[in-house]
Amino acid sequence: MPLIKSPAELEHLKQDILSKRNPDSPRISVCAGAGCLATGAGKVIAAFDAEIEKQGLTGQVHVKGTGCPGFCERGPIVVIDPEETCYLGVTARDVPAIVGKTIKEKHVIDRLVYTDPVTKEKAVRESDIPFYKNQERHIIGNNIKIDPKCIDDYLALGGYSALAKALFQMAPEQVVDEVRKSGLRGRGGGGFPTGIKWDAARNAPAETKYVVVNADEGDPGAFMDRAVLEGNPHSILEGLIIGAYAIGAHEGFVYVRQEYPLALENVSVAIEQAKEYGLLGSNILGSGFDFTVTVHRGAGAFVCGEETALLLSLEGKPGEPKSRPPYPATRGLWGKPTNINNVETWANVPLIINKGADWFNQFGTEKSKGTKIFSLVGKIKNTGLVEVPMGVSLRDIVYKIGGGIPGGKKFKAVQTGGPAGGCIPESHLDIAVDFDELTKAGAIMGSGGMIVMDEDTCMVDVARYFVNFLSQESCGKCSPCREGVKQMHRILANITEGKGTEGDIELLEDLAMSTGAASLCALGRSAPNPVLSTLRHFRHEYEAHIHDKKCPAYACKKLVSYYIDPEACTACLLCLKRCSVEAISGGRDKIHVIDQSKCTSCGTCFEVCPAHYGAVRRLSAEPVPGPIPEEQRILVKKKEAQRAAT
Amino acid sequence: MDTAKIEQIINNHHCEASALIQIMLDIQNEFHWLPAEALEMVSEKLQVPMSRIQHTVTFYKAFSLVPKGRHGIDVCMGTACHVRGAGRVLESIETATGIRPGETDADLKFSLDTVNCLGCCALGPVMRIDEEHLGKLVPDKAAAVLKNYE
Repeated sequence: MPLIKSPAELEHLKQDILSKRNPDSPRISVCAGAGCLATGAGKVIAAFDAEIEKQGLTGQVHVKGTGCPGFCERGPIVVIDPEETCYLGVTARDVPAIVGKTIKEKHVIDRLVYTDPVTKEKAVRESDIPFYKNQERHIIGNNIKIDPKCIDDYLALGGYSALAKALFQMAPEQVVDEVRKSGLRGRGGGGFPTGIKWDAARNAPAETKYVVVNADEGDPGAFMDRAVLEGNPHSILEGLIIGAYAIGAHEGFVYVRQEYPLALENVSVAIEQAKEYGLLGSNILGSGFDFTVTVHRGAGAFVCGEETALLLSLEGKPGEPKSRPPYPATRGLWGKPTNINNVETWANVPLIINKGADWFNQFGTEKSKGTKIFSLVGKIKNTGLVEVPMGVSLRDIVYKIGGGIPGGKKFKAVQTGGPAGGCIPESHLDIAVDFDELTKAGAIMGSGGMIVMDEDTCMVDVARYFVNFLSQESCGKCSPCREGVKQMHRILANITEGKGTEGDIELLEDLAMSTGAASLCALGRSAPNPVLSTLRHFRHEYEAHIHDKKCPAYACKKLVSYYIDPEACTACLLCLKRCSVEAISGGRDKIHVIDQSKCTSCGTCFEVCPAHYGAVRRLSAEPVPGPIPEEQRILVKKKEAQRAAT
Repeated sequence: MDTAKIEQIINNHHCEASALIQIMLDIQNEFHWLPAEALEMVSEKLQVPMSRIQHTVTFYKAFSLVPKGRHGIDVCMGTACHVRGAGRVLESIETATGIRPGETDADLKFSLDTVNCLGCCALGPVMRIDEEHLGKLVPDKAAAVLKNYE
């Protein structure tokens, strides 16, 4: 690789890369993000390589594994350019047909394109699919165009031109100013204005300063940062170098959790490639600015997402948060001023520098600018990553993009903001999604997790789940968090097990208040949120558990029994065969009965019983009817009964 | 224990105390656990007291102070998997293996762990056995899969 010594050489290299690429020649992009890899994308890529050779197209068709475009529900995803044909749910078996028909004959294979579940309308191009059409994908939109292990793909799209602009056309203060004017706020959860943070680090008096990428994405059910790390690592690096220049840092760190092996690999490859081109190292692009980056692996501690804990972990110590102030901007890593931003925040920086604060400003609401990536998961038809301008309504995200709730079930709530977030009920679905509106509704933006829940989700159980998570992840340094969260979990567990007593709700509220007020870091301070927000909107569910020992969602196992209605049972053996504890007795012509003493309430029988029989019933706070007498269990099949009657 | 390997790992990180976590991760990846002798070697080489090493390796979940089984089962307990029934899947795996999360069975066949998100929420409930992801699990089928492992 040639060393790039000036912005002109960077532009020249870009043109050179483009000139070697025939825009009309077929290019096959296969999503190689973690979700699609789990459903076989690796096999699809291998099949394409083999098939292209077999059909004599070697050298004429380019195949690449790319980052995640977001539509995980329908993976593995294949996009064929230049036509932008998008195939969903592709398997290796489909590959010969795709090469033969679509690549060679330019025929679209109907069964692989998106079909609207209601209108049955087909959408061939990626941009016509409703899931994508209603998004504004500034950050993840390029993922499908880039092989993350190939820096040339990023350069071909104008990559590192923002860096050249910052280094040669802007003073560091101007860069900080542009970011401040853009209104960009931290995407990791706090929502603190990035420009102000940068300004503080820039003005801190010290020779040595550091910049850090917080890629310790730990919220369960959230994977937007991973998609950017895996899919477009150079966009983060470019933002980081610009930030380092603005602040006056010459050393940076990317703190990636080791649970993301592909992200670690792609970021490391990106750093090596950027070094080879002279985009990292000394005298970057001939500007005289020096900057190096090191990757640091997290070792599995949720609390390390908190900035003071993360910095201690970078120093090789246990990540136990410190009280602030001093803030990292004045005393951070090894006591030096340190600016730490989340992955998505850094990835926004090149866009702001290239297109300007005014461009960035046009997206979003008054106090929340730009777009935000959400990971839309749970009881939702279109699970995936969604990037929308701030201010879009929650209803639009859930229904227009997410496609609504699967299985004809009823929507109950959306949980936003990760474990420390809150639940938003149906009545608040029309709120505009931005930092302030979500906070007003009792939830938070957090890092962008969005978990959809339906009528089968118990809100007390959800609160118990999050508080249990936080109790396990509490580092134990300060007692309000260590003890308060643990006790909240104990009370919630009791309630879900039918052992709740009068006064539990009030005690929870008390504990929530003191834990929230007295804890040292954000983990403990926000730990009461899941309890308070579910109490605010779903207090009746708590009351049903405590007073009636009833779980209205039939989710808390200790409060739910399963019973087979002898009138409806057709003795089809389905549930009997699937019961893992052999609690169901019966036979081909013998009505099935659940032995309540053996049943673990796993619910498998309820799920496998065909809907048109509907023989398995869920009961909560109701007595289970006794088994019918043995002689009545012999089932006379309908036809035989008819024959006997005639 | 391969002491030369451990020495090489420590040297790769230039014997720097700030690289303690990175060194431990490399040793963990190499041996699948942290033998006591390894901790002592690291303590000596980096000039970091054993108390701090113990503090660090017990703080982070990636480290194991006991040997791990031949196959690692990670059941995802992320929120998306939770609302789709991951708890029931975990229970069936516990029953089938006879071990609870964090434990390894007596013949070192399986180690069972829970993880907070594997990031393939579209497949939930999901678990990972060694490198393979298994998605859309139901309790009985999840337990049945284990029979394929030796």
